Amino acid sequence: MYPEDLKYDREHEWVRVSGDIATIGISDFAQDQLGEVVYVDLPSAGGTISAGDSFGEIESVKSVSELFTPVSGEIVEVNDALDGAPETVNEDAYGAGWIIKVKLSDPTEVEGLMDAVAYEAYLAEEA
Amino acid sequence: MSDGLRMTPLYEEHVALGARMVDFAGWQMPVQYAGIIDEHHAVRSGVGIFDVSHMGEFRFFGVHAKEALQRIVTNDLDKIDAVGDALYTVMCDEDGGIIDDLIVYHSGDIEYLIVANASNRETDWDWITSHLPGNVEAVDESDRTALIAVQGPKALGIIAELAGDQWEPPRRFALGSATLDGVNVLVARTGYTGEDGVELFCHESQAVAVWRLLLSFAEVVPCGLGARDTLRLEMGYPLYGSDMDRGVDPISAGLGWVVPKTKSDFIGAEAIARVREAGPSEKLVGLTVSEGVPRHGYSVLHEGQAVGKVASGTFAPTLGHGVATAYVPAALSVVGTRLEIEIRRKVVPAVVSRPPFVGETSLSATRS
Repeated sequence: MYPEDLKYDREHEWVRVSGDIATIGISDFAQDQLGEVVYVDLPSAGGTISAGDSFGEIESVKSVSELFTPVSGEIVEVNDALDGAPETVNEDAYGAGWIIKVKLSDPTEVEGLMDAVAYEAYLAEEA
Repeated sequence: MSDGLRMTPLYEEHVALGARMVDFAGWQMPVQYAGIIDEHHAVRSGVGIFDVSHMGEFRFFGVHAKEALQRIVTNDLDKIDAVGDALYTVMCDEDGGIIDDLIVYHSGDIEYLIVANASNRETDWDWITSHLPGNVEAVDESDRTALIAVQGPKALGIIAELAGDQWEPPRRFALGSATLDGVNVLVARTGYTGEDGVELFCHESQAVAVWRLLLSFAEVVPCGLGARDTLRLEMGYPLYGSDMDRGVDPISAGLGWVVPKTKSDFIGAEAIARVREAGPSEKLVGLTVSEGVPRHGYSVLHEGQAVGKVASGTFAPTLGHGVATAYVPAALSVVGTRLEIEIRRKVVPAVVSRPPFVGETSLSATRS
């Protein structure tokens, strides 16, 4: 449910770092809480975001959540496929359901995020 | 989490089915089982069942029952003089404010059954009984009555299979009965989904048996309040508390059709007649948007100026885009008018349209 190669934040985003690129999506817990995703409001590639910024919104039939970036940098790619198939976020939260890719301006930010074990403990605490 | 919240006789069934439970009008109700969209599609194309036992059921007896209720509801009970017929109506206060929307069933020669919204059960009971003369008997049957909606193009087939060869379905918007595996139920050919189907009334002690009997058919899908909302909103059916409340009259709410011009002797008649005469200053309209999901309370704009708020809004699974209702100035209520909805950070175009948003259903097929 919570892959060990990912980092997680308290807003239930995950981050996968490869070189200086961070891929960001929402966790299995987040997609389950939302229910079937019907719309993802994506930012434009090229913009710069800082850790903690809201960069978009994700909507299910019943609710809407803001998307927060846990890392800073330039948005180098957005998952445009979600426009036509937003349910991918539910079906493959850690794969095809990724949301944006960010070129890290401060890679040390990643160190402050939770690993899978810490995130699961956080979820247990929240419940 | 269950502190103070009421439970229907089917609560344990919902939990066992893995439903996500929410607080709805003081009741613990299932919002979804597998998922709202799948449940929605099941009702549009097959058959789904809903626990709506939280609704109120009131019975009125006596030779003066009709005359007394005529004073209380806006619609004309003359339309349901045939025993078994049912009528959608509202009841209003002296100012024309809507207290609730109701279905009135002519359940016996001198007997009427009223089904009321869960959120208004106590208010409605107090209002109706305080306006009844002493020669009409009133019984609140809500607590001992379970109500299960069976909705979708395949709903009647399921009931027919359970009720046996001799069973005849009631006419559209009428009440009948059936015996389903030994359980006696009232069968109302009514619903809130836009699909053909029935609502089954039974004693609360038999709700679990009826629920399980229905679910013994592989094609029957349990559905929660989430799908109930998307289904009703695709049809433009109003929801009390979102599309209407005590602060709005039936004419402004687009419910002039449940206030016949030929009827005048009922509570609120004068106030409603004045609105009808002058024309409402605001009207409830349908809106469609091509992006984002409009939700209750979002601002509706015209050329950048706020002109109203979204009453009901959702993503419409059948259509694949958002739909909403909103009260807007009458001048902006014409079909085709271009408005905007402020969906959080974005202002998206919205076009006034006349519900139903989804025109072709098993119900529209029975009318043509």
